[in-house]
Formats: sequence, structure tokens, C-alpha cells
Amino acid sequence: MKTIEDIRKIREEKRKELDLRVNTKADTREKHILICHGTGCTSSKSPKILENFRKILEEKNIENVRVIMTGCFGLCAKGPIVIIRPEDTFYSNVTPDDCEEIINTHIIEGKTVERLLCKDIDGKYVNSLDELNFYKKQKRIALKNCGVIDPEQIDEYIAFDGYKALEKVLFEMTPDDIIEELKKSGLRGRGGAGFPTGKKWEITKSYEADQKYVVCNADEGDPGAFMDRSILEGDPHSVIEAMMIAGYTIGANKGYIYVRAEYPIAVERFQKAIDQAKEYGILGKNIFGTNFDMDIEIRLGAGAFVCGEETALLESIEGKRGQPRVKPPFPAESGLWGKPTLINNVETYANITRIILNGADWYSSIGTETSKGTKVFALGGNVNNIGLVEVPMGTTLREIVFDIGGGIPNGREFKAAQTGGPSGGCIPKEHLDTPIDYESLKTIGSMMGSGGLIVMDDTKCMVSLARFYLEFTVSESCGKCTPCRIGTKRMHEILTKLCEGQGTEYDLYRLEKLASNIQKASICGLGQSAPNPVVSTMKYFRDEFMEHAVDKKCRTNECKKLAKIEIDEEKCKGCGLCQRSCPVSAIEGEAREKRVINQEKCIKCGTCIQSCPFHAII
Amino acid sequence: MPIGTNVTGKMVTALKRLGFDKVFDTNTGADFTIMEEANEFVERVKSKGTLPMITSCSPGWVKYIEMNYPELLPHLSTCKSPHQMFGALIKSYYAEKEGIDPNKIYVVSVMPCIAKKFERQRDEMKVNGLNDVDNVITTRELSRMIKQANIEFEGLEDSQFDNPMGEATGAAAIFGTTGGVMEAALRTAGDWLTGESLEKIDFEAVRGEEGIKKATVNIAGNDIKVVAASGLANAQKIMEEIKFGKADYQFVEIMACPGGCVMGGGQPIKNSKVRRDVDVRKLRADSLYSIDEKSVIRKSHENPVVKKIYEEYLEKPGGHKAHELLHTHYVERPKYTD
Amino acid sequence: MEENLVTLTIDDIKVTTKKGTTILEAAKEAGIDIPTLCFLKDINEVGDCRMCIVEVEGRRGFATSCIQKVEEGMVVHTHTPNVLEARHVILDLIISNHAKDCLTCTRLGNCELQALAAKFNVLNIEFPGERIEHQVDDLSPSIVRDFNKCILCRRCVAACKNVQKIGAIDCINRGFESCISTTENKSLNDVNCTNCGQCIEACPTGALHEKETINDVWAKLKNPDTYVVVQTAPAVRVALR
Repeated sequence: MKTIEDIRKIREEKRKELDLRVNTKADTREKHILICHGTGCTSSKSPKILENFRKILEEKNIENVRVIMTGCFGLCAKGPIVIIRPEDTFYSNVTPDDCEEIINTHIIEGKTVERLLCKDIDGKYVNSLDELNFYKKQKRIALKNCGVIDPEQIDEYIAFDGYKALEKVLFEMTPDDIIEELKKSGLRGRGGAGFPTGKKWEITKSYEADQKYVVCNADEGDPGAFMDRSILEGDPHSVIEAMMIAGYTIGANKGYIYVRAEYPIAVERFQKAIDQAKEYGILGKNIFGTNFDMDIEIRLGAGAFVCGEETALLESIEGKRGQPRVKPPFPAESGLWGKPTLINNVETYANITRIILNGADWYSSIGTETSKGTKVFALGGNVNNIGLVEVPMGTTLREIVFDIGGGIPNGREFKAAQTGGPSGGCIPKEHLDTPIDYESLKTIGSMMGSGGLIVMDDTKCMVSLARFYLEFTVSESCGKCTPCRIGTKRMHEILTKLCEGQGTEYDLYRLEKLASNIQKASICGLGQSAPNPVVSTMKYFRDEFMEHAVDKKCRTNECKKLAKIEIDEEKCKGCGLCQRSCPVSAIEGEAREKRVINQEKCIKCGTCIQSCPFHAII
Repeated sequence: MPIGTNVTGKMVTALKRLGFDKVFDTNTGADFTIMEEANEFVERVKSKGTLPMITSCSPGWVKYIEMNYPELLPHLSTCKSPHQMFGALIKSYYAEKEGIDPNKIYVVSVMPCIAKKFERQRDEMKVNGLNDVDNVITTRELSRMIKQANIEFEGLEDSQFDNPMGEATGAAAIFGTTGGVMEAALRTAGDWLTGESLEKIDFEAVRGEEGIKKATVNIAGNDIKVVAASGLANAQKIMEEIKFGKADYQFVEIMACPGGCVMGGGQPIKNSKVRRDVDVRKLRADSLYSIDEKSVIRKSHENPVVKKIYEEYLEKPGGHKAHELLHTHYVERPKYTD
Repeated sequence: MEENLVTLTIDDIKVTTKKGTTILEAAKEAGIDIPTLCFLKDINEVGDCRMCIVEVEGRRGFATSCIQKVEEGMVVHTHTPNVLEARHVILDLIISNHAKDCLTCTRLGNCELQALAAKFNVLNIEFPGERIEHQVDDLSPSIVRDFNKCILCRRCVAACKNVQKIGAIDCINRGFESCISTTENKSLNDVNCTNCGQCIEACPTGALHEKETINDVWAKLKNPDTYVVVQTAPAVRVALR
């Protein structure tokens, strides 16, 4: 158990010790080798890298160099990432075999290992993290500690103002003060819908009850999204602290964090963080000598996407089948076991301590008129810099895709970006310059969602894409309400017809009719938003849908059953390689003569395209 | 005719028109059940046997306790349910009396219940290798038979159940609703324990819609604690109390269906709109209580048919013959756990 | 007293009703009959089927009238073109996934789905598609389960699990593959079913029914060598009407 004075002392002393983490001019003789231990880098052997560094340092008897595991740096495409502080040298794609060289060259000789430096999009080698275009337009608030501290050391969190916000609210602020501050800050829910956080806390506080609950939604399920995972892996205490502030504000002393079981590292680190906080007396009874008690428990999700929907999540915590409830009543009135419950997502919580410490004015100075602060996106798909980015609200899609993301690989064209996952929509080229916030995304037919951002180049078929997202919803629908259970299945069937050349123009009408009724009549957000990817692609890429329906054509050839593979007479040299490669003998023609594909026999497998040395088959 | 209308007379006419050789009343069987059950209860009280005693007329309930509380099976009355008792009597006493080969008798029970279909197939429900009951059809199935036989039900004349087994008391009529078995048993046990014919006949405390109805009844200077529960969720609550020694009841009545047999799983299905707007249970139960109220004889042991058959054939309640025909035993059934 | 009352407007009719009343009940008080399917009073009040949706002014999306409570000043519309189209689509979807062998169904003429289809005059299925065929479970001496006729209203599950606290059946799988099943899809005969039949009473369609044995009775009645005796239980005589 630690007293408040103990905590303050740790903060002061540890902060000095760790100054080199954030200050390139720090007054120190130490060096810290920081190794990303996010899920991505961990699977690329970063624990082995850490082990090797420690072993070599020991063998060589080198002192004053510490090897530290950290959370995610964001540029996952270049992982595993190793950063050496205080000089802030950024090594990418490091392997366990590189450790020796880094120690010899960098640590002992004081030179940079050039070949491991990161090559920026413009081809230049970059020395430090801040010089990378990837980081230039980013602003890390929620991810502030990710990549800076060792998430498994509570002292390191405390060093960087950890639990200082809790101290501030417990001693200097009333629950209403906190609500006022949050309302003034303009923070909105980062789970997707963007409900004003201060207001949610206020409403939950307003209900009288013998027991209330604070819940953290960490059931991040959008394909390709991993913002929440990274926060839990890199800075778990910030979520614990925020949940405690929430508990103090609304009058709850019990918190649950619902994490998907597919996040073992996050679960492990979060549990360690809870244990450490309990050991320090930060979680428990009479926190910091006040009469405020708080306990937090982890609940594991079993992999159902719908459990990310707040009421289904509550059902699941209660031990029932994860199915949504009809709202109203909202959880703020009747949540866990019928008690008032505050549910926020991980990223929302990660902003709380920053707002409490830096003030609402600071926070609301970032962002747009209606959407304040930053948003973390998981940038993926056909973009050079795949990874995690945190940008101020109002950053344009172009800035994210081209400046931060480094543009589209292989010289292809940008076609669309998908935000909001299976609940979101596609944003076409003409909206690249829209400043991104909750409202603007909604206006152009997408939504913020939890922050997945998938970039697509011009090889992607939009009908197939719509079908892909529907496939996801069909398999993740909980099956409770009719429109979502059967309706999404029927939409998927119609899209499949279109992709296979069996569709008609009437099917487009049917799709739209189903979509609008599913959106209106489904019980929960999953069903209500399930048709979004279809509606938005139909809106912006209607010509492609028409081509599929009427001309039975897929311009990208992604729809195999529509593809027509032909041999270009000009280019064909009559070598016959294609004929031999065809598994169904669909290619006809005599030796040394130009070959022809029998379209009736062709199964569009594409083997011949690969086999042709003259690129004559398309 | 409104929901819950008592159509006994038309029903009997319809059954006769369907071609049944005899149309008997399970209510008479219910009077036998009371004789045996009240006797068993009085015996258990006197000999300080296993108490509370729990009723055994509801086969869904019996299967439930066999699966979930086998350790409480000694509490269960060994009485067969009324239609099984009655089937056994038809194939023994009645067959003998009328000189019919019991092997040629086919007993059909029309029941508000589908668990009775299971019950009649139990190995225990046989005497000398003969099934007590050969077929159980539900109220719904009877309704279909009447339609298939092109009988205009509403226009039928009334007729009476056949003798010699067609007489029943008001006590038997209320077997069909929660609390009814308890009330009927108390009427008879009360008389037996006091040795008088008590004026107190109505036990309002065990009537009504509640799922659990507890009462303390004073008979011959003794307080008897009773409870009537309907619906298996309520049954579970009572069993937990008994299991953990938190109950001091002497007599427990359980029916598996909420509200009792009037709401049994074999009753004509009322759609959700009807169930929203009308209290079907109450209408049917009220109708049964009204049959009871209008009955001249309202205590099972005063039923002349019952008296006669005990005199001529069964000797006395709980006697050797009665045990052979009217009592059964239970088996522990595996509970499926996942 | 006054403060326990709520006044609202449903289809231009002013209704004053008790606080805590659902929109569905309040509408009934005003003489308006909102269609329902999964709703079974006191037993299944979950809003799954979506047939009872209505429009409430100022509210995004539809309200679920069978469970959502009235509020002071609420303005409800129960049959706007939007509502009617959605109900039509929902019914269409349910029927598209239903065994449409009504002529050989025990609930012919007494089926809640059939009644709705008649009301909405569903003449063709606008959204036909895949149906998963299920095997009929008729091994229990009492109950036959035909999942091909199930519309997943879950009234049976509520009766078994909540009312009777047995839980012999529950919903398994997700999405389109959801179905009501027993543990490991065993026969009802092999799980903790007590044969009480409350599930049958709850079912709006022919997915659950008793194992009918009247043909045996007809056969015995026509056999001159058999002496057929019938007896009727106390509760039968008050339930034939």
C-alpha cells in the first residue's frame, strides 16, 4: 500500500529518471533501447529481440543501457521497431540477429546502423521518428504513453503524470465539476456514434441507485481495427485511471472491462495493471485516504462481434447470450443487472486523464467545430504506411492517406476509403478533401466508427467489397431480430447474384428497399448500420453496380464469374504455354499458332495469365 | 360460448357420438386419488413418516423431481394420478363386474396434458402386464376428433357420464386448477382427522392466481402448514426450501403448468392476442370452482361410487388391493448436464 | 394519482393511461390493434420480430411498441407508409425462411403467422432465398419439434427457460444460422424436458405440437372386438370453448 505522498514521490523521482524517453537533450548517461511489444511486433519476434539485447549487454558487461518493452509505436508495417533514446534513433524491420550489430555499432561505437534506418516514402533514410512523414501530421493524445513507457511498470505510468488526474478529481473536483469539464472539452464517444461523453456521464449520474457500474467496451471487432488493443497493450493504466474517475463521477464503485479473448497480450497487461494498482492501494477501499472505493474486473468476450454493441455487451457480462436489448431504456438508466451503467470505449477513456490535467480549453482547441480532440485510426489496405495513426479531428482523408499513409503502393490509383468497418461506408475520390469529423463522415454516407480506415486502390471491385462487408455482418448478426437475421442474408444473396452475373437491375431496387428497411427496423446498431457499406457503394459507384447487373461485367475482373479472359492476338507468340497450363483444356489452337480461349469451357481461374511470358492474356 | 364455459354435458354427448362404449369421468378417479392421498397423508402424520408429503398427479412435475431432486422422492405421494388409478380400476373392478375380458378393454384418457402421454408409457403404470391407460389424447386432439366426425358441438344436447363409474364430487372438479388437489385433500383429511363432517369446505388461501400459495390450516386443533405451487420455477423454489431444511410444510401440492391443468400443455391454444386481453386461466378456473360450488357432494369420501367400490372391492384406502392398483413408485432419472 | 398518468397521442387519438404502460397496451386502450408476433404477454416481451414497430415523432428509427413505455406528450403513428412497408418487408423475410406447407400443418387456421400473412395479403415473396432444412424431432412421446416452421420468436424458449426454469431449449448459433435447439441438438426425449408442453402453448406456428395419436383411437373405435372406454380430465370440460 502506498500513500498519496508515496505516489507523488515516485512520480517526481521516476520522472527524472525517465526524462530521456521524451527529451533528446536529457541530462543522462543512460541509454534506453525501446522495443515495441504490441501484438504485431510481438508476433515478429520482438520478445526475442529484447532477450538478445539483454544477453549481449550482459555478455559485454555494458552498463547504463536499459532494454525496455513498450507499447505500439504505430508504424506497424515497419516492425519490429526499436528506438534508442535519448537520441531517438528509429530502427525498423529489426530481427533478433541485428541486436549484436546495433549494440556494437550504435551503443559501443556511437554510430548509426544505416541499413536498419527507416526509408521514408520519398526514398530518404530517416534518422529519428519525428522526421518521418508518417508522424509529422499526427498528434498523440490517446496514444501519448504508447511507445514511451513500459506498460507493465506502474511506476513508469506514474512518472508521466499517471494517477495525477485521479488525485486532482478526488481532492479538487466535485463530480459536477468533472462533468462540466468534459462537456466543455467537447469529447465525444470514440466507439463510433460520437455521443457527447460529458452528457453521458451526467445522465448516468442523475439516476439514483444503490449500485451503479462503470464499463469499458474493449470488444474491438471491426476487421482491421486495433486502436483499442494498442492502448490496452501500451498504456493500460490510463484506462484504469479514467474508469476510476468515471466511477467517482457517476457514483459507481465497480467497473468491468469487456475485452475480447483474442487479445491475450492486452488482457495479460491489463490484469497486471489492475494487480499493480491494487498493490499500491490505488484500486480498492478508501483510495488515497478518501471514502472513494473502486474495483475493476476483466470480462472476456468470446468473439461475437455483436458484443461490441453496448447492450449485448452487458448481456454477455451478465453471463447471457450476447444479444442486444431494445433501447430505451439506455444503459445509463438500466444497464448491468438493471442498474445505471456508464459504458465508454477504450479510446474515450484514454482521453479523460489528458483532459482533466490539461483542461477543457486545451482539448477543445484541437479539432473541428463539432468534433474535438484527436481520433486514432487503424490505417490499412492499399496504402504504404500501414499502422496506427492519431490525428486531430478535421484532418482530411487526403492528408491521412497520402501524407501520413504515404499514398497508394505499386503506382495504383486511389479508389475509395472505407471507414467505420462493417457499419461504415465508402468514401470516393471526390471526398478526399473532406475534413474528417463525426458530422462530415455522416454527411458523405459513412461514419467515424471505432476507427478502421481501409484504403482501396483501383483494382478493387466495389460490388465485391459491399458483398465482403455484408458477409461479415451476416456471420456476425446475433440472430435476434428479423431484419438483421434474414434481411442481411438476403442482401448478401442478392450481391452474390450480382457478382456472379445472375443479377438484374431489379435487384438493385430490391437491395435498396431491403437496406432502408433493415436500417430502420433492426433492434441494434449492428443491424441498423449493416446495410451502410452497400448503400454508400451503391451511391458512389452505381455505374459499377449497373455494369454487374446489366452488362454482366466487372471492370476490375475481381468477380471471377464475370471475368472474360482473352488472348491478345497482337501479343501472342503461339508458344502454347497457356494451353498446357489450362486445367480444363479451354484453350484451343494448333502448335505455333495464336491460341484462343473457349469462353464456354473457361472457369476463369487465371492460371493462363500467370503462364504467359508475353503478357498476352488479360 | 365464452372461453372457459363448462361444456361437460355436450362433451359427454360428443364422446358417445364418437362411438366410445363407455364415457367415464376422470373426476371419479380423482376422488379415489383423494381417498388414497388423504389416507397416506394421515398415515404419515400419525406415524411420523416423511413430511412434507408432495402430490404426484402432475406427470411433468414427477419427471422433474425424478431428474432434479431424486433425494426428495420419498416425499412424493405414492398415489398414481387420477386417470391412471381410474384406468386400473376400469380394467379390474369394472371388467370383473361387467364380465369383460380386460385384455379387450382399451382405455383412452382425454387430458389437458401432454406429459400424460409420457406417463401412461411408464413401466410402473401397469397392473399384471396390462397398461392402466392405452392412449392419451389432448383436449386439442379431442376437439379435432369431434370436428372430423362432423359433429356440431355447440348444438349438442347434454348427457350424463355412464355409470357405474360416472359420479364425481366437487372436490374432484377442482383438481384441474392450482390449489385444487390440496383443497380436496384437506376436506377429506380434515374429516378423518377430526372424525366429524366439517362445515369448513372452502380453503380460499390455496385458491387464486399466485404461483405459490402458502397457508396454515387448523384441523382438530393442529396447525397444518400447506403450500400449493404451480409452474416448475415455483416448484423449484419450494424444493430448494425443503432440500435445505428451510421449510416446515406438512403437505405440498405441485402442478407443473403455471395455473395448473387448466393451462396444461394439451389445452386448445389461445393466440397471443387472446392471452393479452383475456385471463384464460381465471376463466377456466372459475368455471371449475363453479362446478364444485354447484355440486351436492363436495367431499371425495362421500362419493357413493367411491364408497361402494371400496366396500365391494378395494377394502380400505391404503389397503393391499388399493396399493396394487392405485399406487406406484418412482425412479431416479439422469439429468442431462452440459 | 395525477402524476401516475401519462397522456399521449396515438394515430390522432388522445390517450391517457397509466405510467409504465407500453405503447402496445395504450394503443389497445384507444382501440388500435398493432400487429405482434413474438410478443406473448408476461412471457416473452423482447421485441425480436419487429412486427409491432411504430413511428414516434422526434425519435430516430422505429419504436418497439410491445416493450417501450409511453411518455408524456408522445406522438405515435402506427400505420404510416414507412411502418407498413417495413412490416411488409419483415413479414416477407419471415415467410421466405418458413416452410410454407400450411395445408399439412397442425396449426392451419390457428397460426399467428398465417393470420398476419392474410392481413398483409402477401401474394408473392419479394425476397426469396436460402432456407436451411432441419430434421423433425419426433422421438419424444409427447412433443414434436419441426424447426422448419420456426420463426425464432423465442416464445417457447421463454416459456421453458424463464417461466418453467427448465431451459431444455435455447437459441444456438448466430445470424441466419440461429435456431432453437437442445444441448448438442439432441432429441427433446434425451434432455431435461419434462413434457409439460408450455412451449407448445407458446408457439405461434406449427413448429411445436403434441404427438398426435387419434388415429389409433379411430382404429379401436371401429374394431368390434375392442371395448373402448374414454375418461375425461377435470380441466378438459372447461377448455373446449
